[in-house]
Amino acid sequence: MIFELLGVPPQALFGQLLLGLINGAFYAMLSLGLAVIFGLMNVINFTHGAQYMMGAFVAWLGLKYLGVNYWLALVLAPIVVGASGIILEQLLLKRLYHLDHLYGLLLTFGLALIIEGLFRHQYGSSGQPYAIPDALKGSQNLGFMFLPNYRAWVVVGSLIFCLGTWFVIERTKLGAYLRAATENPQLVRAFGINVPRMIMLTYGFGVGLAALAGVMAAPIQQVNPLMGSNLMVVVFAVVVIGGMGSIMGSIVTGFALGVVEGLTKVFYPEASNTVIFVIMAIVLLIKPAGLFGRTR
Amino acid sequence: MWLKLTLASLVALGATLGNAQAQISDDVVKIGVLNDQASLYADLTGQGSVIAARLAAEDFGGKVLGKPIEIVFADHQNKPDVGSTVANRWIDVEKVDAIADVPTSSVALAVQEITKNKNRMLLISGAASSALTSDKCSPTGIHWTYDTWALANGTGKATVLAGGDSWFFLTADYAFGHALEKDTTDVVKANGGKVLGVVRHPLNSSDFSSFLLQAQASKAKIIGLANAGTDTTNSIKQAAEFGIVKGGQNLAGLLVFLNDVHALGLDVAQGLMLTEAFYWDLTDETRAWTKRFTQRHKQHPNMIHAGVYGAVTHYLKAIQAAGTDEAKAVAAKMKELPVDDFFTKGGRVREDGRTIRDMYLFQVKKPAESKGPWDYYKLVRTIPAAEAFRPIEQGNCPFAKKS
Repeated sequence: MIFELLGVPPQALFGQLLLGLINGAFYAMLSLGLAVIFGLMNVINFTHGAQYMMGAFVAWLGLKYLGVNYWLALVLAPIVVGASGIILEQLLLKRLYHLDHLYGLLLTFGLALIIEGLFRHQYGSSGQPYAIPDALKGSQNLGFMFLPNYRAWVVVGSLIFCLGTWFVIERTKLGAYLRAATENPQLVRAFGINVPRMIMLTYGFGVGLAALAGVMAAPIQQVNPLMGSNLMVVVFAVVVIGGMGSIMGSIVTGFALGVVEGLTKVFYPEASNTVIFVIMAIVLLIKPAGLFGRTR
Repeated sequence: MWLKLTLASLVALGATLGNAQAQISDDVVKIGVLNDQASLYADLTGQGSVIAARLAAEDFGGKVLGKPIEIVFADHQNKPDVGSTVANRWIDVEKVDAIADVPTSSVALAVQEITKNKNRMLLISGAASSALTSDKCSPTGIHWTYDTWALANGTGKATVLAGGDSWFFLTADYAFGHALEKDTTDVVKANGGKVLGVVRHPLNSSDFSSFLLQAQASKAKIIGLANAGTDTTNSIKQAAEFGIVKGGQNLAGLLVFLNDVHALGLDVAQGLMLTEAFYWDLTDETRAWTKRFTQRHKQHPNMIHAGVYGAVTHYLKAIQAAGTDEAKAVAAKMKELPVDDFFTKGGRVREDGRTIRDMYLFQVKKPAESKGPWDYYKLVRTIPAAEAFRPIEQGNCPFAKKS
């Protein structure tokens, strides 16, 4: 009944909801990494999109030149890219912690442009092909749509990674240390905990999450130097809507906005690139700290 | 009376002196290559077009009518406002005589207005919209390489005649996509087919699954991709993922370039039909030119790059023949001289600015048929010039109606 009113058959609607959820999985994983980094380090990491792209490229380069398969890349790429993030943190970011947020933002934004420019110079803008791993080829007939096995894995995999991260930060002792270290680094240090090292590893972890999302995206999209910058604008909007620094907020908002965007693609596809920003504007007007954020 | 006569003769003398000396304005022929240097169309146009323009200038001897030829370039970011700003600055401040390439139809349409009003040449190779030579035509605008009408009558027509008589369009939501969708719709209907639906996606999207699902639900035999660059490659890649071709529907990539096929890989791209004005492996001449091109560029050239070379060469020939770089005189000469370069034989530029040449319908090879990277096309059919482009009287270009 309601479906007839909307003018879209229910089966198509279910299909679109599911697809929205799949895109939401990427938003969730990326905004989660951003939230972790911002929540624990107060750095707005604009390099995140470039690091996501690097994850996809590490997977592609590994497959092409070293024969590293997808599953191995899923482990290796986050480590490699995360390590590059740690080097970045040690060399540059570390020097900016005592300054205003704006400096970190400018530095990471500039780095993102440089990294993307280098990859574009080397590999062009058309992108590189990355095949879906054999084990996940094919699709399931759900009645209302054919769901490619790989996309099902994307949703399941990203949920596992997201909830795992949330659990570690909010429910374990290590997470408690991390959260405490952001609130009062002096005190935590007084307990004999190496705070700078913890922050370094946190950044590496956040960057690793971006790379992981990149590897997961590689078989769906062309592996392209610009894949990150296209997505990043949306992901930042997701973070703002969810509330800067809120872990659960970024996960829930990521998935939810994926669904909203998916529905827009059915009812008014022309607006599908803008709908998230409209929501962002409304949320900022009503709840400036974001849906799950707390004012600091 | 005497005074008047003297004045008049002085003015006349000045005018002739001026004409005799200032054949080339500012003592340089400056050509600005305006295209996408960094985003989704950068491989299709970008530095490749700049290199092609430089090759053309070098092959011409670096000078025309004794004055140096200079090539400059800029990034228009696929935004009409950015493109307009650059075009205005180039013409007003930096003494650019001709603007070349200009992919992204929305930008090309904006720049064509500027070059028309400011009397400068526009040598379009990258943009596709057939509106550039219909109601939006310009006396100083030449649409050199291809257009949406030619694509529709190449790939579109071949697809309908092969039995693909019901269509669903995935259209990039801007001037180019709309023009390609319209021209193809006309061809589909004229050949007895029908269009079941359209979905318009924003330029530079990364996920097409939702749109593809709508196309799948339409049950159309053919899903026409009225988009370009990474929009097309991602559409094709994700269509394979969702089993669209296995389910009995076929894709028609209405604008696919060699670089896109390279990016997709033959496993995914095999069997695609596409229309181009140029392929590097057609003749000895195209192979020789490609060899020179690839010495300076990592990728093989596509028709846009070859077109920039051809258009710049023809522009320089016209300056030589006209004895001036004044745009209207050059444009008239360009339309008068026959077009002959390494990939266009017996071509000509029509009154409305449309360059007429043979087009080619290619099919992408199977992986087993390809000898290696860039060996991707087999020729299906040469579309003769007379049939490849929209007849001038159907275009409604205001100043070209009668010819």
